Amino acid sequence: MLVASRTDWRPGATLPVMRARAQLLRRVRDFFAARDVLEVETPLLGRAFGTDPAIQPFVVREDTATWYLQSSPEFYMKRLLAADSGPIYQISKAFRQGEAGRRHNPEFTLLEWYRPGFSAVDLMDELADLMRYLLGTVLEVQNCPYAELFAQTLQLDIFAADAGALRDCAVAQQIPDAADLVLERDAWLDLLWAECIEPQLPPEQLTFVTDYPASQAALAELNAQDPRTAARFELYYAGLELANGFQELTDAAAQAARFNADNVQRQRAGQPILPLDTRFIAALQHGLPRCAGVAVGLDRVLLAQLELSSLDQVQTFATERA
Amino acid sequence: MANYSTSEFRGGLKIMLDGDPCNIIENEFVKPGKGQAFNRVKIRNLKTGRVLEKTFKSNETVPAADVVERELEYLYTDGAFWHFMDSDNYEQYQADAAAVGDAVKWLQAQDRCQVTLWNEAPILVEVPNFVVLQVTETDPGLKGDTSGGGGKPATLETGAVVRVPLFVQADERIKVDTRTGEYVGRVKD
Repeated sequence: MLVASRTDWRPGATLPVMRARAQLLRRVRDFFAARDVLEVETPLLGRAFGTDPAIQPFVVREDTATWYLQSSPEFYMKRLLAADSGPIYQISKAFRQGEAGRRHNPEFTLLEWYRPGFSAVDLMDELADLMRYLLGTVLEVQNCPYAELFAQTLQLDIFAADAGALRDCAVAQQIPDAADLVLERDAWLDLLWAECIEPQLPPEQLTFVTDYPASQAALAELNAQDPRTAARFELYYAGLELANGFQELTDAAAQAARFNADNVQRQRAGQPILPLDTRFIAALQHGLPRCAGVAVGLDRVLLAQLELSSLDQVQTFATERA
Repeated sequence: MANYSTSEFRGGLKIMLDGDPCNIIENEFVKPGKGQAFNRVKIRNLKTGRVLEKTFKSNETVPAADVVERELEYLYTDGAFWHFMDSDNYEQYQADAAAVGDAVKWLQAQDRCQVTLWNEAPILVEVPNFVVLQVTETDPGLKGDTSGGGGKPATLETGAVVRVPLFVQADERIKVDTRTGEYVGRVKD
């Protein structure tokens, strides 16, 4: 018999924290109700999964089928948009295998919404309004292009620097083991970001990091005026990455090409190849309205609001306690 | 030999790094939203005692260190080695000065120590948190002073020197916290 310790049946979140979460969810729903954005539900158990090489699925096997616990409701919500749903939002659980730490839990709560007719800039404004409403404070907003942050903080031109130059920079910044790590170019950017740039973002303001490099576009459109960058943004507050948004890529062929490129990279890294979500591609072929969308990690919003340090304190039973 | 993936890293896990057994002290998972995940890990090299920081790509694997912890009884030293015995099977082990380290200050025969064995050889000796030792030498305190303020040095039977209150006299037995090297109290038999 498994003998558990006497206290590990208890929840990580205290009753006041559970009340704060209930209030947060209520306020999110109030915010979107007042703006006529429709709440929707989509499957957690899906036939397909995003190909993003940095996100690994929980795979659920049946005798006759394989299912994937969704890492975000994005593909389903875009199918709703293509079916003329109009503006929609969803509060759902999301699953990412292997992501566990103070600021990560393999199962977490996402708020995701889509706005037909909005640009990424319009959506950033709405996200800032939501954050002020949820946190109940006046928050300054600053927009910082990704490349400019590298230029200011590390005197690095990310468009000119190859993997070797990024590695040299990591070594010069005395990141432990930088000299021994074997990384692809974007992973060097991720390492420099996590070690040198993210910790320097001012915690008291809403910082929108914008114009990610095209190699990290994910599902965002490339910027027409500078195709080296994509219309992707992230929101940082209180030292936490809270949200990721896109001017959504609507071109079915370009989307399919990115999925295939992801799978090539997966293969190179020895990761499983994932089946293409053909129904999602078909919806794009039918026509996704021009729209912007964003996903917000609600557990981290609660963490910032309550000034706590670990997701275990804001989830009833984080995976370690599940 | 088993391998551990970074997702199994926990405080206390013993792994091999650059040929040395190491103990994980702290592990932090770091991942920019859509990017490469890393583990920022603080590690103690069990052979040298040095603490170092390492960066791992998440899901990298490292070999497990064939390290076991045993409670062993300290027997004696011959000057070069410190000899321990497993009271269950009477098996004996000898530890060198590097393995004994600071514990040497507190070791006395029959102490039950936590000994880390790597490939069956001791690499780390930890004494109990509290030990009772006899004072072999200390200046006589002022008569009537029981305040304990200030204190004075006292040499113990193992050679360790700790600060004790003025009322503590030679030949008395005292309890010491080995983690801080501080006097805790007198022990009356």
